[in-house]
Amino acid sequence: MAKGPTPEELSNIDYTPPPKEWMDVPTVFKPGTFCWGAKGKNLQILEFPNARDWTPVEEDWKLPENWQEILLEGMKERLGKYRSFQLFMDICVRCGACADKCHFFVGGGDPKNMPVLRAELLRSVYRKHFTTAGKMLGKVAGARELTLDVLKEWWYYFFQCTECRRCSLFCPYGIDQAEITMMGRELLNLIGLNTDWISGPVANCYMKGNHLGLEPHTIVSNIEYMLDDIETITGIKINPSFNRKGAEILFVTPSGDLFADPGTYTCMGYLMLFHELGLDYTWSTYASEGGNFGFFTSNEMAKRLNSKIYAEAKRLGVKYIIGGECGHMWRVIHQYMDTWNGPADFLEVPVSPITGTRFDTAKSLKMIHIAEFTADLINHGKLKLDPSRNDDLVVTYHDSCNTSRGMGLLEEPRYIIKNVCNHFHEMPENTIREQTFCCGSGTGLNAGENMELRMRGGFPRANAVKYVKEKHGVNMLANICAIDRATLSAAVDYWVPGVRVTGVHELVANALIMKGEKKRETNLRGEPLPGKEGN
Amino acid sequence: MKILLPLFTVIALVVIAFVGVQANLHALFGIVIPYAAVLIFMFGFIFKVLKWGRSPVPFRIPTTAGQMKSFAPWIKQNKLDNPSSRLGVFGRMLLEVFLFRSLFRNTKTQLYPGTKLTYGSEKFLWLGGLAFHWSFLIIFVRHFRFFMQTVPYPIQLAEHLDSFLQIGAPLLYITDVVLVGAVTFLFLRRVFMPQIKYISLPADYFPLFLILGIATTGIMMRYFTKVPVVRVKELVMGLVSFQPVIPEGIGSIFYIHLFLVSTLLAYFPLSKLMHMGGVFLSPTRNMANNSREVRHINPWNYPVHVHTYDQYEDDFREKMKKAGLPVEKE
Amino acid sequence: MTLETFLSEKKPALIEKWFNLILATYPADTSSFLKNQKDRFTNPVGHTIYQGIEKILDELVQGVDLDRVSPFLDNILRVRAVQDFTASQAVAFIFSLKNVVREEIKGEKNLTVSCDELHKLDSHIDALALASFDIFMKCREKLYDIRANELRNMTFRLVQRANALGGERDAESESPPEGSNNDNA
Repeated sequence: MAKGPTPEELSNIDYTPPPKEWMDVPTVFKPGTFCWGAKGKNLQILEFPNARDWTPVEEDWKLPENWQEILLEGMKERLGKYRSFQLFMDICVRCGACADKCHFFVGGGDPKNMPVLRAELLRSVYRKHFTTAGKMLGKVAGARELTLDVLKEWWYYFFQCTECRRCSLFCPYGIDQAEITMMGRELLNLIGLNTDWISGPVANCYMKGNHLGLEPHTIVSNIEYMLDDIETITGIKINPSFNRKGAEILFVTPSGDLFADPGTYTCMGYLMLFHELGLDYTWSTYASEGGNFGFFTSNEMAKRLNSKIYAEAKRLGVKYIIGGECGHMWRVIHQYMDTWNGPADFLEVPVSPITGTRFDTAKSLKMIHIAEFTADLINHGKLKLDPSRNDDLVVTYHDSCNTSRGMGLLEEPRYIIKNVCNHFHEMPENTIREQTFCCGSGTGLNAGENMELRMRGGFPRANAVKYVKEKHGVNMLANICAIDRATLSAAVDYWVPGVRVTGVHELVANALIMKGEKKRETNLRGEPLPGKEGN
Repeated sequence: MKILLPLFTVIALVVIAFVGVQANLHALFGIVIPYAAVLIFMFGFIFKVLKWGRSPVPFRIPTTAGQMKSFAPWIKQNKLDNPSSRLGVFGRMLLEVFLFRSLFRNTKTQLYPGTKLTYGSEKFLWLGGLAFHWSFLIIFVRHFRFFMQTVPYPIQLAEHLDSFLQIGAPLLYITDVVLVGAVTFLFLRRVFMPQIKYISLPADYFPLFLILGIATTGIMMRYFTKVPVVRVKELVMGLVSFQPVIPEGIGSIFYIHLFLVSTLLAYFPLSKLMHMGGVFLSPTRNMANNSREVRHINPWNYPVHVHTYDQYEDDFREKMKKAGLPVEKE
Repeated sequence: MTLETFLSEKKPALIEKWFNLILATYPADTSSFLKNQKDRFTNPVGHTIYQGIEKILDELVQGVDLDRVSPFLDNILRVRAVQDFTASQAVAFIFSLKNVVREEIKGEKNLTVSCDELHKLDSHIDALALASFDIFMKCREKLYDIRANELRNMTFRLVQRANALGGERDAESESPPEGSNNDNA
């Protein structure tokens, strides 16, 4: 009889050997933790090098002959172009303050997910090729050659970072792993090493204007279906405009809101709010994407995608732009757009046509966040609200990484929620605002094939949600991010069943009393309003 | 290995200095090496900072650690953690450089058995770091009495305050105790915390041992083996006034101390110790969060290949017309 | 002293040993962080496991009621279901409790345990293990469910439109956009 392993043997995997130095631990591609490789045709559309189909688990990655040279050249170029990169390669003292701040480390325990070590993956090669000590002393100075194993390690771990910047908050020198991951991914893209989940949407967005690849007529009909639902719920027929020249405002939101539940309810929220205000605005099918998966590829690609927003604003002759609820979209818009594609001197400083408020904080960019716009409306009493329509909801609020640590939009959404909901509870202090935990699936990691990784990364966030669920009976997780709406739905479904996910403007629209509306029986999801159950 | 190698290196340095002095190489260890070390330090430091300073900052990427300056006056901005003005940035940098603001924020994931998971505040690293850096600075400043004929009042004051406990003769400096304690703490952290041990390199242990060596030799000279201070000052003043002399009768321990200091100076610009200069240049800390208000210029911004609206319309014109969307060209 | 009182008296030691055995099931690099006494709580994974086994031991002492104990098993297995374990590896920790208890008994001179008692305890632990298999499978199924749900959420509007349009438009314009890449925000 074959002798099977005893429970003890099963239990004791790799226990006895003392941990090796991290440089000597080879990378194992574990199923459920990585995404499929980019497809050749998508890279071709984007004019990216080494376009071919490839598979991460196969031995041969079909790399160009001189890939090391390309990467080292690329590193040298970027060290000269980004002070952040050069500085962050040089000054880390490995104090460890960042170590347990990463959601992937906290939720998974893989030591190479400690931000400091993820950075060392790149830093060790930097030392070998760009510092005297590294060249002379090698491993003693923490330096190593750029081998194929190192390359694979880079790919594996730079696609296990969501550029959430939580580590950077705690670093005494502000070393930002997001910057290092960005550089790492740029380098990988020089030899055609991207993921399918990122390069596909980027190609879509480049050719068709949005990540989903919705063509113009599809966008229109998607929104028409939402309008039908809105009419069913409120009795009000809304007629938004598309690609309309001469509108006052261009509205740009992530395309996920046009397509995937529960984002669609948020989108219905925008439509209802703008209709109620009689806002002179237009959608665009060309600039139909607020998000920017190019940002998870290279700085140049991000700029190429982002250019459409200003170009379309100029073509349509609008005065300014309002942006919808999205996380990384707002990092890009807030910290990059004006620099890349500005100055937007053809636009005007945003002024709310309803309240007359002038948004001077966006006077150069000429684009405001819808949470700012709505908070201002509420503050001026311009919205008739009935928060009791949300009384079946006990709400908590998840700050998106990018709007909190790459912008600082913390109070505006909270102000809105508190005005449209009667039951609001914050999660524990060290898991919200600037210390917020990532959903675990940002930066293009929201694929299906890496679900285990996503669940681990989402664990710290879900853990905090669970806490308020147990303490206050929270059943709705609000946020201002399209990726969150998709990915937190999955994360809470796994970790905290019974909690659902919503955009802030879905809550607004539920509470919004519209002129001429019929007596509402259901919320936007078609569920009976509190007090109307069983009707 | 990671720990022993740097330890033995420091021990070797001590032995080299000791043997050197026994072999009557006073001039080498008392004049040539210190001069060389200072030169390396100065040029290395300046070179590094210039190198950083020359590399551009293409984007405005502060890590925002609080509420931004809002359009609405009724939303309170966190002016120090999310500054929008130069003054705010100055404040943020002051807090960062002098009080280690970011480390102060440090949390530790904790569990109280049977109860709940919390992210408690973790101040030990902050405290240890602060104690180390400040005591080092004060000790450094105190040493200026060796570099000047008449000791200026601020340095005398620092000395008085440092020894206000009035213990022993010569009076015990508090910073000596704090420095040794803090370095030991920082070392033990790297040995006993598995995470920190895992990420540590020889280059992390070496400066700790080196500084410990410097502190130990310094303390021995002051409190135990008693070197002739007047002659030491004579030597130092000689170096400072570029008329170097080697006075007789300064024990080897002084030369060991001086050699270790020289090593530290020369090692400084080649190593992570450059964080001292780097922290001032960190773009996630020293920039105002005003990128929507003022356009940030990227010096190497270049035109990129884009997919224009005209190309887009060409691709979809018929579908657009069918869906009732306006088009530029019929 | 009966086995029952013994177990409740020795609970802290049992938890300690069992906890360490469970942490040992993680790869060396990971467990070296988790198993360290001072450090083991720096991880919600550690928290979930610790809290879970504490409650399971309570239950074991009182006689196992699967309805009561399931939520705690669930907490532990939900973590392990996304952490590179096979089904057998994921639930093996339950069986290791047998050894933990026996070792404690060995060290205790004043205690004689009857075969019956020990057999009863083993059956309880076996019941836990069987329940754990079910929970592990449920978690894995949930993961696949979530994958499917994501797809369904993404395509809901598409289906809605397709249904309404019937066969009005040409097939090409109705095909979902670009294979798997159709749900990014």
